[in-house]
Amino acid sequence: MNTETYKLGEELDSFNHEQVQKEILTILEKGCDAVLDMTACKYISSTGLRVLLYSKKVAASKGLKLYLKGVSDEVKDIMDVTGFNNFFDYA
Amino acid sequence: MSRGSIISSIMHRVDLFPTHEYQGLKLRPGRPYPFGAMVIGNAVNFSVYSRYATDCTLVLFHNREEKPFIEIPFFKEFRLGNVFSMMVFDLDYENIEYGYRMDGPFLPAEGHRFDKSKILLDPYAKLIVGRDVWGKQPNLDNIYQYRARVVFDDFDWENDLPLETPVNDLIVYEMHVRNFTCGAGSGVKHKGTFAGIVEKIPYLKELGVNCVELMPIHEFDEFENFRPSPVDGHPLYNLWGYSNVGFFAPKAAYASSGRFSMQVDELKNLVKRLHANGIEVMLDVVFNHTAEGDQRGPYISYRGIDNKTYYMLTPDGGYFNFSGCGNTLNCNNPNVRDMIVESLRYWVTDYHIDGFRFDLAAILGRDQNGNPMSNPPLLESLAHDPVLGKTKLIAEAWDAGGLYQVGSFPSWGRWAEWNGKFRDSIRRFLKSDEGVLGDVKERIIGSPDLYASQGRGVKASVNFVTAHDGFTLMDLVSYNDKHNEANGEDNRDGENHNNSWNCGCEGPTDDADINARRHRQVKNAITLLMVSQGIPMVLSGDEMGNSQQGNNNAYCQDNEIAWLDWNDLEKNADIFRYFKQIIQFRRQHKVLRYDEHLTHSDYRNLGYPDFSWHGVKAWQPESGHHNLTAAFMLNGRYAETDGVPDDFIYVAMNMHWEMHGFELPQLPEGMAWHVFANTGMEAPADIAEPGKEPLIDSQKEILVGPRSIIILVGRSDK
Repeated sequence: MNTETYKLGEELDSFNHEQVQKEILTILEKGCDAVLDMTACKYISSTGLRVLLYSKKVAASKGLKLYLKGVSDEVKDIMDVTGFNNFFDYA
Repeated sequence: MSRGSIISSIMHRVDLFPTHEYQGLKLRPGRPYPFGAMVIGNAVNFSVYSRYATDCTLVLFHNREEKPFIEIPFFKEFRLGNVFSMMVFDLDYENIEYGYRMDGPFLPAEGHRFDKSKILLDPYAKLIVGRDVWGKQPNLDNIYQYRARVVFDDFDWENDLPLETPVNDLIVYEMHVRNFTCGAGSGVKHKGTFAGIVEKIPYLKELGVNCVELMPIHEFDEFENFRPSPVDGHPLYNLWGYSNVGFFAPKAAYASSGRFSMQVDELKNLVKRLHANGIEVMLDVVFNHTAEGDQRGPYISYRGIDNKTYYMLTPDGGYFNFSGCGNTLNCNNPNVRDMIVESLRYWVTDYHIDGFRFDLAAILGRDQNGNPMSNPPLLESLAHDPVLGKTKLIAEAWDAGGLYQVGSFPSWGRWAEWNGKFRDSIRRFLKSDEGVLGDVKERIIGSPDLYASQGRGVKASVNFVTAHDGFTLMDLVSYNDKHNEANGEDNRDGENHNNSWNCGCEGPTDDADINARRHRQVKNAITLLMVSQGIPMVLSGDEMGNSQQGNNNAYCQDNEIAWLDWNDLEKNADIFRYFKQIIQFRRQHKVLRYDEHLTHSDYRNLGYPDFSWHGVKAWQPESGHHNLTAAFMLNGRYAETDGVPDDFIYVAMNMHWEMHGFELPQLPEGMAWHVFANTGMEAPADIAEPGKEPLIDSQKEILVGPRSIIILVGRSDK
């Protein structure tokens, strides 16, 4: 099965969530596993966390894998304390 | 696929088209219900009620900006009854803060204090920002201090639900979010936060408690009444938080992620993680007053939204002060009652909260003129509410207006009470007061004198020796008098009647005998709590011998005074071990956890009564020394689990300062007494591992040392 990587920008929040969501879903629609490269991402908002989790759930519903990669300490910490980290696998 | 079986495309609503426009924003009349702000499609629905307001304006800010970017009047057609509601389209609602201006009469004598110059918080705000990082100095010139935001209410609970642990099986641990992990040696990354508690879940499991009761976590302002201590200048905060800003929003600064306004998710994660470890979550809720104080206080929300509805007012329009905090929420006004019910339902449905402890709950039973009612509608509503149907409801059954309802709180069989009489009697017994044994006996058997006649059962009694209000357990045995100088009120604040005894020296000492006596007294106290029928509540920190340096009212001490010092775990290792074992013992023995009162009779012909009192002579409760000795026995055959009877348990209590021998009741053939605990012994002989109690030599008599308690287990060794 193919894997495609999607690179996130510096921030993931309500300003860009629609675009990011669309691009992740495009990968999943193709039947590919997705790796979200978050190396550049410094900030993720409540909206952003939901984009990630929604994507993960869509992937799971299609029997696909979705991994996070390069998560910064700051973003990882936010995902830890809000519990969102429990849903993800890390590439 | 057959037609009509599955809809493969999304249906579009026909009522999500704007009908109005105001300064470039698209609007339409909103839905009056539910109150608050809610996302519907690509719109946010804002709804607020005010019985007496004449006009209302929605004020919108971009996040953290000082000035609003728009103020939208509610058009005439946006009002239904006394509710103002509108939908605003295409808002970037993650970046919006909202408030209201209310217009109406300013006639204090008639109860109205409308002031449209104020921007007001939505009483139903589910996310409040403005005090996001604990202790960070706010800009008090800001025209809108506590700001409502639109909440993200989706959360993946997976299979989590409230645990519905039988109430008589609970062991409650009363804790404060900051005090629990801010102190030295806590070892957590996220000190003083919900996330910090998650890090300590393994500790809570080791201790063995199965319910945490969080002191107020609704949004409040730690800077309320902020001042430097006149003693040494250290800052005095509103640490405890018994002063609500909002009834639907968690305290932002209790979340490590509060700086990003993610407190909702962080608290939900805490609840989910505690549940996954078998630990319930109870909230201490403060519905008796708000942070607005009396007529000198600020306009935060309720005063400006609808003063006459929200507050109990004197005939001349002043504020009743049954709370001791300046105002009294008008709990039995039908609209306020609805708000309280909705708030509680929200915490149960959206946060999976297992129960509530109601601060100064007697106020909830007063009518709009302040008079106590016999069947208060609010309390009745809560007792019968469908959503709250399995939620624990616990009343602090008194108020600051002199109403004391321990034993008489209107319950409809649903409400339990903080049993203040348990605390008082047990404390007096511990310090060898001679006139209290009769009362102590009632407390040990679940206070039938208070609860049996109403058929409320043992489960109506929440037993405790210490709580946040008053001395910690170690201070209870280390101080005769309170030492609250650091609070800056010349030691006038705080309870004067503590029933405490310092064991021979006021405060810390190097005297080994006194320290040994204190440890023994601490173990006596937790023993009495854990072998009593009812719901035991432990004050966080008591298990490690936490001291507040004699301060019995540390509501403002956000420092080492109130914070747990985790190094105490090592210093008082014997106390921690004792707590763990006796909690485990209670959890293993159903005979200690009845939900109904004991009969003191052998109603099933099992050879022994379910419960019996003894003295220094078996079966003779009167035999003993000056009301300072007593013993009791529980018959495990009356407490079966899946057909397997529990053990017999015998407890001998000697609060005399000399040793006494207790004659033991004879056990059924084939059984023998084993010793589980003896507080008169040094660790590790003070307590055994539950289930591995050693056999005692003499099955006829035991010697109970000065101010000591012995617990025996009667069972047959295979």
